[in-house]
Amino acid sequence: MSDLILDALTVRAGGTTLLDGITATIAPGRLTAIVGPNGAGKSTLLRAIANIIPSSGGIRFGDTDLKALKPLERARRLAYLPQAHELAWDISVADMVALGRFAHGAVPGRLAAADQAAIAEAMEATGCASLADRAVTSLSGGEQALACLARVLAADTPVLLADEPAAALDPANQYRVMECLAARAAAGCTVVVVLHDLSLVAQFADSILWLHERRLTAHGPASLAEFERHVPALFARTPGFTTDGSKALYFRRDPNS
Amino acid sequence: MTLRLNFLLALLLLLAALFALMTGPDGVSPRLITDWLNGSDSAASIIIADIRLPRVLAAAVVGASLGLCGAALQALTRNPLAEPGILGVSAAATLGATATLYFGLANLSPWILPLGAIAAAALVTALLAAVAVRTQGMASLILTGVGLSSLAGALMALILNFAPNPFSLSDLVNWTLGSVANRSLSDLAISAPLILLGSLLLLSQRANLSLLSIGEAAATAHGLDGRKTRLFVIAGTGIATGAAVALAGAVGFVGIVAPHLVRPWTGHDPGRALLPSAWLGALLLVLADLLVRLLPTDNELRLGVVAALAGAPIFMAIVLRRGRPGHV
Repeated sequence: MSDLILDALTVRAGGTTLLDGITATIAPGRLTAIVGPNGAGKSTLLRAIANIIPSSGGIRFGDTDLKALKPLERARRLAYLPQAHELAWDISVADMVALGRFAHGAVPGRLAAADQAAIAEAMEATGCASLADRAVTSLSGGEQALACLARVLAADTPVLLADEPAAALDPANQYRVMECLAARAAAGCTVVVVLHDLSLVAQFADSILWLHERRLTAHGPASLAEFERHVPALFARTPGFTTDGSKALYFRRDPNS
Repeated sequence: MTLRLNFLLALLLLLAALFALMTGPDGVSPRLITDWLNGSDSAASIIIADIRLPRVLAAAVVGASLGLCGAALQALTRNPLAEPGILGVSAAATLGATATLYFGLANLSPWILPLGAIAAAALVTALLAAVAVRTQGMASLILTGVGLSSLAGALMALILNFAPNPFSLSDLVNWTLGSVANRSLSDLAISAPLILLGSLLLLSQRANLSLLSIGEAAATAHGLDGRKTRLFVIAGTGIATGAAVALAGAVGFVGIVAPHLVRPWTGHDPGRALLPSAWLGALLLVLADLLVRLLPTDNELRLGVVAALAGAPIFMAIVLRRGRPGHV
């Protein structure tokens, strides 16, 4: 597996800089979280890496320039789960997840054995197997999030980007999703996730890209010391940590507010 | 399931076309077909080969074109109300066709009129695609289509207003009402290959249009070449709708009704709905034209009028259903 290398990645739109010169080397086999306050540029960074929006600077996966690849070639290396799920039409969950195999030449109704295996595994991992025949438009927001994650997992790419994959989910499913992503990282994938829930970051991330005002302020391990250093500066709040060694992090209400 | 649906619809189309060939003011006459095939009756040959066959074929290719264009536009804009008629593509094509008549350009070459219709249709489809990408909203797209349709209608009215003589005026009105009466095989020889070309461009995007159902950002991440897909659908819709309008004038609502009816049988997959929508569009228009021919009216009803009378209530039903959750 190779490193994902960002070289002075910059996004500008309409005279505004949305992302300013992000340079980082993201290691494979690890879950890397992108953390920062609202408007810091987290989703923009993920969209730029996924080539959804135009950017300047370099994005390489090992020796491969991801920007120079054709869409299908890039999609075989990198999968991206957007924050918003824009599902049109009453297609079934199984057919929607099958679209994750598009870059492998599959479309719903024409699936090879490898496609079917990847789809079944992804649906099982995200708990969507029982929803297979449901229309995607009839699902709750949380169920849609799980089904869309299954689609991205089914793509079976060495790089996996996810924007707030746990935001719409109940606690049980939040942990299920994070365990899925951590398992992918443990299997050697480069997993990059935007997360607002710092407790999930503390428990699941191996390293963190700290973003503030559209710049990278730090890139380091997800250690308690790093949280104590960066969280008060970025969020104007001091976190507490559970003492049982689980790395669970919490915030307390300010009694003066 | 889609394969069986395609086969069934193609079979129904064939049966409907045969029935339309046999049926005339004097009732159903299978013997006409055998006489024509044997070459034993010159009257049968004139009735079938010169009158009914071009008419049935024109209804079929125009219906197929409109059904397919409707399904492709709906898939591209992710909007079940998109259709060449409602979005102003047909109106623009009609304007393009009538403009070549008005300015006398259509007399220069038989290709000028279809090319005028195609150019105008492609221009409006490109504008709509740009709006669909920018707004992502159903209402904005429909309103833009209504605006473009009104503009094309106003320009048509301007042309009618200044039509040089009554003959030109009736000629121009015919284009706006839509009909496949009095078409010849040579008319078909110009339009049908263009419709086929446009249809092939649209069908080549079948898988990409399926992928677009998850939204453009997610689809792009999964390998969609969004620019190429838009270009192919715009060009395909422009060519197929323009050529259909050049052959039959403006016929509305087939493009919305056909995809709507086939969708439940194609797993609601917009890509898989393309070909069945073409078959069903052809079937509906062949049957509608048969109805037009058989209705005992003093002046023959126009095909476009019948299509609108049948299609508008279905359009309204889709609009009203969209207010309920779980429906598209």
